Amino acid sequence: MSRARAHIAGVGETQYTRWGKIGPVTEHALACQAIQRAVADAGLEMDDVDGLASFAEDRNEAIFIAAELGLPALRFANMVWMPGGGGGCAAVANAAMAVETGQAQVVVVYRSLCQGQFFRFGNAGRDASAPADPTPPTLQQANSIFLASMGFAMPYGLLMAAAAYALPTRRHMHLYGTTSEQLGRLAVTFREHASRNPRAVMGGRPMTLEDHQASPMIADPHRLFDCCLESDGACAVVVTSAERARDLAKQPVEILASEQGAPKGYAFGPFTNANIADALYATGGCEELAGRLWGKSGLGPGDVDVAQIYDHFTGCVLMQLEDYGFCKRGEGGPFIETGALAWKGGSLPTNTHGGSLSEAYIHGLNHVVEGVRSLRGESTSPVDDAQVCLVTSAACVPSSAILLGRR
Amino acid sequence: MSERFFPDSMPPPMADTTTLPWWQAPAEHRLVVQRCTSCQHTRLPPAPVCPECRGADADWQEVSGRGELYTYSIVHRPIAAGQELPYVVAVIALEDSGGVRILSNIVDVDVAELEVGMPVELVWEDMSPELAIPRFRPLRA
Repeated sequence: MSRARAHIAGVGETQYTRWGKIGPVTEHALACQAIQRAVADAGLEMDDVDGLASFAEDRNEAIFIAAELGLPALRFANMVWMPGGGGGCAAVANAAMAVETGQAQVVVVYRSLCQGQFFRFGNAGRDASAPADPTPPTLQQANSIFLASMGFAMPYGLLMAAAAYALPTRRHMHLYGTTSEQLGRLAVTFREHASRNPRAVMGGRPMTLEDHQASPMIADPHRLFDCCLESDGACAVVVTSAERARDLAKQPVEILASEQGAPKGYAFGPFTNANIADALYATGGCEELAGRLWGKSGLGPGDVDVAQIYDHFTGCVLMQLEDYGFCKRGEGGPFIETGALAWKGGSLPTNTHGGSLSEAYIHGLNHVVEGVRSLRGESTSPVDDAQVCLVTSAACVPSSAILLGRR
Repeated sequence: MSERFFPDSMPPPMADTTTLPWWQAPAEHRLVVQRCTSCQHTRLPPAPVCPECRGADADWQEVSGRGELYTYSIVHRPIAAGQELPYVVAVIALEDSGGVRILSNIVDVDVAELEVGMPVELVWEDMSPELAIPRFRPLRA
C-alpha cells in the first residue's frame, strides 16, 4: 500500500549567537520561540500542533514544552536514541511516521542549544584549570552502559569531540593522502556561503585558505577552523500531511525518503570504539544508510541539486561525500578541490547557509531548515531550480539522513 | 611506582560489572582481551554477549602489549590540570589479540616521529597504588 508522504510545511529559528551571547533567556524559552516562528511560517496556529519530536540529549522535554506552549493535546512525543546531532533527520523521519500513521496531525521537530548556559561541547564540560582532587585516582563506578563505554576513552583524555573525530580523519589521510589544505578548502567554501546569510554567526568574518592554515591546532589534524562553532540558539521544523500542507502559507517540501541507524558493531563510533570494522574506520559510517536511502527513493547522488551535510568537523564532511557516493572512496579531497561544494559553479552546492562551521551549531537541525529554504528558493545562496536536497545528520556516530523534494 | 606521564587529575576510568574484570587485570599489569569460549572471537570493550556467535561465555586472553599504531591525534588542549601538552591519543592494533584494537595514548615520543603503522609497546602508568593505566610508546628495538 502506498501512502501519501508527510511534508515539511514550516521552518523557523531564533537568533543564533556565539556560546554565552544569547543573554539571560532560557533554552526552553528559545525552543518555544523557534516553534512559534516555524508554526507561523507554515500559516498554522499553535492550537493545530499535536505532536513534538526531538533527539538525543535534549534537555527540553516535550511534555514541558507542550505545557508552556499551551498545546490543546500532546498526542505524540518522541525522542531519537542516538548521540547528539545524529538524530536530527531521524527526528524529522519520526515526525513524518507519526503523521503518516495517524498518530498526530502536526508534529514540530525542535532543537534548542545554549552552550553558554550548560557546557561547551568543545571542552567536554571540563575545566582544566580547576585544582586537582587530592584523593588518589581510582576506578569509578559506571552506572550506565554509556559511562562504562566512555571508561575506555576517558582515562586517555579522549573526551573532546575534536580529538575523537581526528582519529578517523588521520586514518583517512594515511590511506588516501588527504591533506589539511583540502579540508581547509571545504571550510572556506562554507564561510563564503555564510557571508550572504544574515543569520550566520560568522557571516561577517571572511576566511581564506591562509587563515585556515594559520589557525591554531586543536587536535591534529583538526585546526580551529576545521571545528564547528559552539552556539546558542534554537530552530524548528513543522511536519504535516501532504493534504494539509497543500493549502498552507508556504510551498510544501516533501520528505522523499529517510534513513537512520548504524552499521554492525558501531556503538558510539570512533569516540569510544576502537574496534569498528577496518573497512568502516576511515569513513563517516553512513555508506550502508546511504545505500538504503538511494534504494528506497529511486534516486542517486547525481539527482541531488543541493546538499546540507552535517559538518561537526571538516573531515567528517569529506568522508560523508564518499559515503553518499558523490565521489569514490578516498577521493573526497580531490573532489573538494574541484570546487564542487561551492554555491556558484559547484556540481554539489553544499551547506548554503554556512553549516555548523559558519552559520551556527544547533545540532544540525538548522541544516533541515536550510534544506527546506533551498527548495523554496528562500536560501541566501539560492541554487536555481533546485528540486532535490540531501540533508544528513552527523557522521562517525550513528546517523540519519533525509531526501527532501519539491514537486 | 612506574614512570608518570599524566597528572592525577586525568579523568578516571569507569566500569560496570560487565567491564570490571577487564579493569582488574591492569592492577596486576596484565593487558587482556575478552575471548568467546564458544567461537574464540576476541573483543573489546567487554560485552555480555559475543557479537559473532551470541554465546554468553567468555574468558580473558592476555596479550603481549606489542602492536602497531592504527591512527592518532596530537591534542593541544588540556583535559586536566597540570597536563603536559601536546599529548597523543591513539588507536593501537594489538598483536596476538585476534585483531583487537585499543584506545590509549602514545607517550615518551617525539610527536614528529609519529606515523600510522609504527610498532609500539605497552608501558604501564601507575596512577595510584590501586590504578594502573595501559599506555604505549614507540617500540625500542
